[in-house]
Amino acid sequence: MKFIEEYRHAEGALRYANAIHKIATRPWTVMEICGGQTHAIVKFGLDELLPKTITLVHGPGCPVCVTPLELIDKALAIASFPGVIFCSFGDMLRVPGSQADLFSVKARGGDVRIVYSPLDALGIAEANPGKQVVFFAVGFETTAPANAMAVFQAKKKKIHNFSILVSHVLVPPAIEAILSSPQNRVQAFLAAGHVCTIMGYEEYDPIAERYAVPIVVTGFEPLDILQGILMCVRQLEKGEHRVENQYARSVRRQGNPMARSLIQEVFRVVARKWRGIGEIPKSGLALTAEYAEFDAETRFGVQEIHAEESPECISGLVLQGLKKPYECAAFGVRCTPDRPLGATMVSSEGACAAYYRYRKGARGVASSAQGEVPHS
Amino acid sequence: MCLAVPGKLIEIHGEDPFFRTGKVDFGGILKEVNLAYVPEVLLNQYVIVHVGFAISVLDEAEAREVFSYLAEMDGLEELKEPSG
Ligand code: SF4
Repeated sequence: MKFIEEYRHAEGALRYANAIHKIATRPWTVMEICGGQTHAIVKFGLDELLPKTITLVHGPGCPVCVTPLELIDKALAIASFPGVIFCSFGDMLRVPGSQADLFSVKARGGDVRIVYSPLDALGIAEANPGKQVVFFAVGFETTAPANAMAVFQAKKKKIHNFSILVSHVLVPPAIEAILSSPQNRVQAFLAAGHVCTIMGYEEYDPIAERYAVPIVVTGFEPLDILQGILMCVRQLEKGEHRVENQYARSVRRQGNPMARSLIQEVFRVVARKWRGIGEIPKSGLALTAEYAEFDAETRFGVQEIHAEESPECISGLVLQGLKKPYECAAFGVRCTPDRPLGATMVSSEGACAAYYRYRKGARGVASSAQGEVPHS
Repeated sequence: MCLAVPGKLIEIHGEDPFFRTGKVDFGGILKEVNLAYVPEVLLNQYVIVHVGFAISVLDEAEAREVFSYLAEMDGLEELKEPSG
């Protein structure tokens, strides 16, 4: 298919890998922010094409993974209310809350439905005026315009039995949180191409400047990712730190103006908790006062639900690039995709699930571990 | 979930750019998508689709950059140096 196969060409990938081998003279650590990129890197074995001196670490860019436990608990509470139709993207259903997951609510008779788009949930609300329809609005900037549109249309069409449970997070504050940590070892970033398709990349200029890190907006196919890494390494070798755009076929400097203006209309920036990382100021979205009536948390009175993370799961460290999945004692033993302990094992975009799926014996895969810098 | 995939826009329904929808062909799988965020899109262009919304129109000229970047670099000194 056009715009896919041509970016998976083995020969092109090898040429890119070769170029990286030629210019890399020192060890470098590069983080890909987005779970979609993590998935592609592990699936296509891109990390194994790189010089051993280049370490890729997997960032927090999987919305399913970073949705805090208490939000899952709120979702479970709402989905258990009688008369509620709870709609969600499929990958949220197996994310464990403190006690259960959405699948088990469904098994006990709850009306939990998987939808492809938030507009499908709005359609269900229109078709079921006697029910309360709630959509689990999880995601990064990429998904925000879709959720904003669902709420915008609900208000316009006066669909009062619709609401959303918002768990929206933003990428730039997470990058800053990683960079300002004293344990940080990330020296360059691949920024997420689809997040930047919406938001553009002006926001990244001050970050690249302040922390002296190259940031390359990168696509999702193997050649995109390898080119993004090459662009990072080129800058690192020259001691530069600029924002570059590898994914210009989709990303414009200003992003998508229509999408940005609807996000601004419907959402405001707030502090958000990230699973495994904790609260990051100004790192998420909540509904503006004008759209507050569509907030499921207040509609169902679940604001006061709080929950603590399981102590055994180190997904927080995995998400910040401080540990690899196979460094977790539970990995593949007590924690598998069928019985996930933490969120990075539940989602196919999560680093633990990607390693489990493509690197079953990952502890033994020396090639991806050798380049690692030891850390405490 | 963050998955967003390219497909070819083969039908546009409606006139008002804000309420237009369209049919997108993903290598034989057809899906109806919302076109509100790509008011500039024309028939037969490729769009990136995420959760039922087209979020960008792919730029064909920029799309070829990935293939020409290495050729451009070949002329640069840094690639000619032996690896350290
Ligand atoms: S393997 Fe499981 S328990 Fe360990 S960090 Fe990953 S999700 Fe958490």
